[in-house]
Amino acid sequence: MNAGAANRPAGAAAPVDSIAARPVLDIAGLCVSVRGEDGEREVVSDLSFKLARGETLCIAGESGSGKSMTALAIMQLLPQPAGRISSGTIRLGETNLATLNERQMQRIRGARIAMIFQEPMTSLNPVLSIGRQLTESIEAHTDLSQSQAQRRAVEALKAVRISEAESRLKQFPHELSGGMRQRVMIAMALALEPDVLIADEPTTALDVTVQGEVLELLRDLQREHGTSVILITHDMGVVAEMADRVIVMRHGRMVEEGAATDIFALPQAEYTRELLAAVPRIGTGAGRQESRDAAEASKPANVADVDDLHVRFDLRGGFFGRINRRVHAVEGVSFSIAPNETLALVGESGCGKSTTAKALAGLVPYQGDIAIGGRNLSGLGRAARKAVRRDVQMIFQDPYASLDPRMRVGDLVAEPLLIHGIASKEERRERVAALFERVGLSADQMELYPHEFSGGQRQRICIARALALRPRLIIADESVSALDVSVQARVLDLLKELQREFGVAYLFISHDMAVVENISDRVAVMYLGQIVEMGTRDQVFSNPRHPYTKRLIEAVPVPDPTRRRERFARLDREIPSSTRRIGETPPRLALTDVGGGHLVAV
Amino acid sequence: MIAYLGRRLIQSALILLGVSLITFALLYLLPADPVRQIAGRSATPQTVENIRQQLGLDQPFVVQYWHYLVSLLSGDLGRSYIQRSEVTELIVSRLPATLLLMVGAILCELVIGLSMGLIAAVRRGTTTDQTLMVASFVGVSAPQFVVGLLLLYVFAVRLSWFPIGGYGTWRHLVLPSLTMGILGAGWYARMMRSSMIDVLRQDYVRTARAKGLARGAIIFRHALPNAILPVIAMIGIDIGIFMGGIVVVESVFGWPGIGQLAWQAIQRVDIPIIMGVTLVSAFAIVLGNLLADIVAPFIDPRIKLR
Repeated sequence: MNAGAANRPAGAAAPVDSIAARPVLDIAGLCVSVRGEDGEREVVSDLSFKLARGETLCIAGESGSGKSMTALAIMQLLPQPAGRISSGTIRLGETNLATLNERQMQRIRGARIAMIFQEPMTSLNPVLSIGRQLTESIEAHTDLSQSQAQRRAVEALKAVRISEAESRLKQFPHELSGGMRQRVMIAMALALEPDVLIADEPTTALDVTVQGEVLELLRDLQREHGTSVILITHDMGVVAEMADRVIVMRHGRMVEEGAATDIFALPQAEYTRELLAAVPRIGTGAGRQESRDAAEASKPANVADVDDLHVRFDLRGGFFGRINRRVHAVEGVSFSIAPNETLALVGESGCGKSTTAKALAGLVPYQGDIAIGGRNLSGLGRAARKAVRRDVQMIFQDPYASLDPRMRVGDLVAEPLLIHGIASKEERRERVAALFERVGLSADQMELYPHEFSGGQRQRICIARALALRPRLIIADESVSALDVSVQARVLDLLKELQREFGVAYLFISHDMAVVENISDRVAVMYLGQIVEMGTRDQVFSNPRHPYTKRLIEAVPVPDPTRRRERFARLDREIPSSTRRIGETPPRLALTDVGGGHLVAV
Repeated sequence: MIAYLGRRLIQSALILLGVSLITFALLYLLPADPVRQIAGRSATPQTVENIRQQLGLDQPFVVQYWHYLVSLLSGDLGRSYIQRSEVTELIVSRLPATLLLMVGAILCELVIGLSMGLIAAVRRGTTTDQTLMVASFVGVSAPQFVVGLLLLYVFAVRLSWFPIGGYGTWRHLVLPSLTMGILGAGWYARMMRSSMIDVLRQDYVRTARAKGLARGAIIFRHALPNAILPVIAMIGIDIGIFMGGIVVVESVFGWPGIGQLAWQAIQRVDIPIIMGVTLVSAFAIVLGNLLADIVAPFIDPRIKLR
């Protein structure tokens, strides 16, 4: 984008000295209210902070802390007509943004303050080309002609390290991966060299290795252009990685403000301390929980044995709609889970970890052998299969979507018992009440509906539902990913307790290496439908052998600003697709034992 | 694309075959006897029997249908029992009038319906929104013959802006098109409103606002193409609903299209014409749906025809 800077009219570059001293953005006494069904509610209260030139300010907090509302208030993009700035000033240089009307604000947005959002998949318009979406904001704010705007757009794409920038202009968002889309968003935001960039959870929806790349890109671009950045995130690892200064928010108020190093080294507020304590860190799991597998080498029969599992989805095409391509979602995966054991399946989106889980739960057709409690599923009839299924239960990622909003939560938890015809009505009630208390809810909450609970409570209800049948294996598919860290830590603790109590085994699926390190006994790393490395937690985390495993671990941001990585190994190519033509099978990886049952693909 | 079209055309042919079979069977089972209609009340049983043989109506159902199908494949829809002329000719001579009316009606409902829906969505929750939605509700629920007569009374009889009936100039076209279009306009207004409200909530609209685009660019460049997609799929289905309305509206306005032809034929049990009109309507519906599907990828690049 250096060439882009040269294109600027000479007068636009203001004298540096006078501005450098003053803050770029000065927010004082900001209050934001949102009108809901039960009247107006203040979501941001009396917030004041200054943003210096070239500085990265992180606003950290859990959901409902008001961090996103603050960003939207600065941009005057609060949800209409419910949200409004009830008092306070937002000064950008000499202008108070809070008093501007929509038309005046249009000139500020995109040109002087730009914003990127969490969801790269939905933040770009699906029916407009990348080029059009880039040039339209350039054209809206400058006098450049269409071809000049196009040239600027290409430069912007090159600046965010997108290869073949010219031909990308003609592509549409659905042709790009999530990481690429987020880079396009960044290119769009920085094309006009704004004074302030607001990034609202810019990497939360991305895979961890892609997150590393995007964060590094943001840092480099900021260094080159001196843009001031407000980074909003719930992830203390990202905060440590990026922030010069940190604001911690809770319930709409600032809890603590300070330099990143100070906040992490000496947090003043109680809440900040709790928040930092709850953050899962790689390298702490071993201390908390003794690795048990060595002691329990002579185990009873495995809960689940998966042997040479294949799941493929056919794609149709051509004149008669014949099958001509195939998604090789899972290719020859084998593992076993012992009672009382947690096997973590890790990998990035599209690696086949969720599909493996679904096959195990009988939700997708598969090839290969799956045995639950020693009984092979493929040899069984309908009724016997149903009985075996009782032993495998699932907890899903989204606690909001996995509970039927029209059913009482007590009935939701009782439903598995009902389906399998277990216990009389009174006994069911008693069992459900006991489960509620076991997962940390009270029995009188059984009469309530899902919307009356918070995300963490709902996930507890899902856990109670999974436990209702006393299964031998619970598949937890990203079950804590949608939760705030403090809630996440408590749910993880609950899962561990339940394991000790009931001896249930977990297949724990996650993209979050720190969480995995925290809870798992053994770890299997998946890449493109195959396992590339498998071993005990210590083997995989202390001695990762496969390059992909190394990369995954290295990509996790460390919640410690003194251990900031300088360079993150960049992967210029995207992860290849697992879709292949019929007859073409992906090369099969052979796993070799490098000692003590530590399997690595060569 | 070619493969897709080929497959869709084969599917269409099968649908038309099914329609022809079902219609033919229904008409065969009909208690009304076409021969009695042709022969008249005073005909002797002998005459009736002769006519029946002449028309081949004494043959078993399968044979009758087979004969019909064979001549259909050579483009022959048979001869009208009453009008003594080829059904193909009758339909071809009346088709332009009906097509004109359909084009007029589609334009009316798109222009009125989409703009009502768009304005209501952008002004959501205001009096404008409420007024437009009440109006659309009236449009949806008012029977077409009432709307037609009302329009005739006000604009033709009282104000004399448009002719009372007939066919020829664009002035003749306005009232029948409006009558047909008002029903659809109501539907489109409601669909467009909810579709547009949904799109305006999307993340990419927020992105567009964050870029500092003007309101017009956000609505027309970012929101409208996304909001209009479900509406386009609807137009294909709409042609089917039109075919029902055309019979009523053409009668009210004396419009010389195939709706009128069908109406006369039904009254006199003129089976070849009923069959012909049904097949042409079915063809129009199939074609409309195909066109709607072909247009969709031009608006939404994610849609691939295969």
